[in-house]
Amino acid sequence: MSWEVVIGLEIHAQLATRSKIFSGASTAYGAEPNTQACLVDLGYPGMLPVLNKEVVHMAAMFGLAVNATVAPRSVFARKNYFYPDLPKGYQISQYELPIVEHGELFITDADGNEKRIGITRAHLEEDAGKSIHEGLDKSSGIDLNRAGTPLLEIVSEPDIRSAKEAIAYMRKIHTIVRYLGISDGNMQEGSFRCDANVSVRPTGQEEFGTRAEIKNLNSFRFVEKAINFEIERQIDLIEDGGEVVQETRLYDSDKDETRSMRSKEEANDYRYFPDPDLLPVEIAADYIESIRAELPELPDAKQQRFVDEYDVKKDDAAILTTSRPVADYFEAAAKSTEANAQTVANWVVGDLSGALNKDGLDIGDSKVSAEELAGLLTRIHDNTISGKIAKQVFEAMWAGEGSADEVIEAKGLKQITDSSAIEAVVDKVIEANPGQVAEYKAGKDKLIGFFVGQVMKETKGQANPGQVNQILKSKLSS
Amino acid sequence: MGLHTKTMSELAAGLGSGDFTSVEVTQALLDRIAGHDAKLNALITVTAEAALTAAAQADADRAAGNIGALNGLPIIHKDIFCTRGVKTSCGSKMLDNFVSPYDATVVERMAAAGAVVLGKANMDEFAMGSSNETSFYGPVHNPWDLECSPGGSSGGSAAAVAARFAPAATATDTGGSIRQPAALTGTLGIKPTYGRVSRYGMIAFASSLDQAGVITRSAEDAARLLGVMAGFDERDSTCLDEPVPDYVGELGNSIKGLKVGIVRQHFDEGLDADCGMKVKEAIAVIESLGATAVEVDMPNIDYSVPTYYVVAPAECSSNLSRFDGVRFGHRAENVEDLFDLYCRSRGEGFGDEVKRRIMTGTYVLSAGYYDAYYLKAQQVRHLIADDFKRAFEEVDVIAGPTTPTPAFRLGDKVDDPITMYLNDIYTIGANLGGFPALSVPCGFVNDMPVGLHLVGHHFDESALLRCAHAYEQATDWHTACPEDFK
Repeated sequence: MSWEVVIGLEIHAQLATRSKIFSGASTAYGAEPNTQACLVDLGYPGMLPVLNKEVVHMAAMFGLAVNATVAPRSVFARKNYFYPDLPKGYQISQYELPIVEHGELFITDADGNEKRIGITRAHLEEDAGKSIHEGLDKSSGIDLNRAGTPLLEIVSEPDIRSAKEAIAYMRKIHTIVRYLGISDGNMQEGSFRCDANVSVRPTGQEEFGTRAEIKNLNSFRFVEKAINFEIERQIDLIEDGGEVVQETRLYDSDKDETRSMRSKEEANDYRYFPDPDLLPVEIAADYIESIRAELPELPDAKQQRFVDEYDVKKDDAAILTTSRPVADYFEAAAKSTEANAQTVANWVVGDLSGALNKDGLDIGDSKVSAEELAGLLTRIHDNTISGKIAKQVFEAMWAGEGSADEVIEAKGLKQITDSSAIEAVVDKVIEANPGQVAEYKAGKDKLIGFFVGQVMKETKGQANPGQVNQILKSKLSS
Repeated sequence: MGLHTKTMSELAAGLGSGDFTSVEVTQALLDRIAGHDAKLNALITVTAEAALTAAAQADADRAAGNIGALNGLPIIHKDIFCTRGVKTSCGSKMLDNFVSPYDATVVERMAAAGAVVLGKANMDEFAMGSSNETSFYGPVHNPWDLECSPGGSSGGSAAAVAARFAPAATATDTGGSIRQPAALTGTLGIKPTYGRVSRYGMIAFASSLDQAGVITRSAEDAARLLGVMAGFDERDSTCLDEPVPDYVGELGNSIKGLKVGIVRQHFDEGLDADCGMKVKEAIAVIESLGATAVEVDMPNIDYSVPTYYVVAPAECSSNLSRFDGVRFGHRAENVEDLFDLYCRSRGEGFGDEVKRRIMTGTYVLSAGYYDAYYLKAQQVRHLIADDFKRAFEEVDVIAGPTTPTPAFRLGDKVDDPITMYLNDIYTIGANLGGFPALSVPCGFVNDMPVGLHLVGHHFDESALLRCAHAYEQATDWHTACPEDFK
């Protein structure tokens, strides 16, 4: 039997505010435990939440970016359950009336076609704290630094049909929130994580199969592996005559498997009700319009523009626009040189990315600025150096030896374009290799490469390759 | 006459003219508390030393010309208000060990105005109760008859003011917790409009209903205190940014032409006949001062109590979840695991009435019951609020009894929660709709005080205070003092 996979993702993006969603405490990551939890975060008696207006702005930006409805009125609700890292005994979230609804985005599916993934809703909520079990004997510690950190929970429609699509969707959301500047998307620090709802059904069947929810996946790789494991587990189970039960599962990356956390029967009754400590969030239409006007260019639009405006290959445009700093770098470099924009793209995607990866740097910390790279590419464009020499120059620039011109000057790498100088070298090479000349003349055309190599060797690679070729051919055929 | 007999306004005048100092007033009242509170159990904590220090500071401030609106004036805070460095128990074993690290807005504003805090008043546990019998610290006794309840939940505040321990005490009102004890102790209690006074630092019972107010012996004192407490506070999102009128300044305005609404249902069966008579007499006095009484119809008012007993427990069940033995408050010893820690800390820390309401509230919010109870109750709540709004299109205030009977005996109703709940039948409507309301003494039935209840339109506390003030000028019920506390 063939199976169809149905996946829906719930992505938690931590919003990049300085202070928490309902208190003035800092959201900075990595502080000593419980040093960034104020009395509101600790749920002290008499403490009240006050909404950080910034999160409303950010959620609205997200809503507009995914073509969703930003609700003119949304309501915070309490999700009640007991857990030591949940100080108030309830999490403030949004339930019946979320701030964002009915969005969508487009990914490229396995066949290379554009595919729409619906976004059911996105709602604001506070994060919980963290329980710490390691290094403590027979007790657990609680760190409430994270309690009250603002989250945007983005819930997709069950439109996703494979782990690959899930990753493509998640990456797209990741790109969008970072473009908007509303989340740093840092997955190691837990700023961007997801729960995956996975089910399978016989191909062609209308109704969904029973789903399992895999919690707290914090890397793209884990999402893919966990989903693939889960798909296989469910199919095997059903094919062996078993039944999938609705439950929450946890992915163990060490063993690469998911295992049951709690079943539907054990699920909490969260007793949601509107939080009486907070007023409904009301957003005026003109406020939404002002946010729309401020929205930055989004990845899809930017990608299209790079193709249209710079004539960059679509695939390269896609890579260049996955992050706004990379796109900005490319565009700044392309604008600063007369070199072909595709050449700029090749360099950004190729040598620059390679160098950044090797040194573990973000593009913002690149040792060669966009303007400096443009300077280098201009020298290829005006034939001062060859593309090959350029790589050598780039390495020197990366090592801090100066601008392209400085490196070319200091190392004497300027390309030889003087025809008479090249002719002299060519004559010398022909004279020194009579045997090869004879063979060439007898029809062994491939030997042209040998002669070019000899000339380049003589000129330490600085002769203009096009000119070398042309001169060689004309001399050898005479 | 002893300093304890003076109202806040009289004390303010005396301090102003140098007749006595704040230290003298404070000492006199502390002595009185020390001498008499064993009979009443009105206070959980007496902050004598801090009070005398604050009084000395107030006197120094006065001498330096720095005279706040409440300079040197003594006050008692209900133990629901967080007070920095002082035990804030909320009447519960759960918080018996809780010393607040911060001041509630109400406490902070009064302190900034120069008030001197004498101590913290006893109350029903987490403000849940109408007799002060649910307090972990034992019941409060009514100064008019020690065998009677002073009402609740602000029973300690009301008894303390009636017994002349202080001219005023702060209090809170979720379903009548200021007004009912005020009525039963012959004091004046005002619950302002919901959102008028910040709830920051006031330990929550039912967030959408809770509102801070005061219990005093005159409308003028209530006006003075409200002026200090009221006003926007950015730390409470439900506190509204509305201008605060000059309550004291507006007291003198005539009530000629004031339209007083009478709700027929408030005089139906259930109301003690003698109480009804006293209330009608009081309304007649108000009419004689130039007001006109008209009957108003409130078809949904009878649903107030059942609506309240769905909404309030629902919110309380969630608000009290933070008391889990993890970060503050009572923690059970020798627990086996996390679940045991929760169950036993809460089982030991909360009293029966609190547990009853947490269970009721948890039930009405549960999947499958939410729509039938909580949602329905919220819908009825809107209908009740609409009844009031409609009435306020025609009248300025609504007048009626505060309670169905005078004070009942301690122990009489404690095992019968439903009868106990009906004590708030006339007061709950104002909470459900967020309207301001007060109770002013209007006579005695069998030697026990009864109160006239006035409800006003949103943010129109002035009309209530003006009406009560005018009534006080024409009567002297508010000056009556229990025999043993003269």
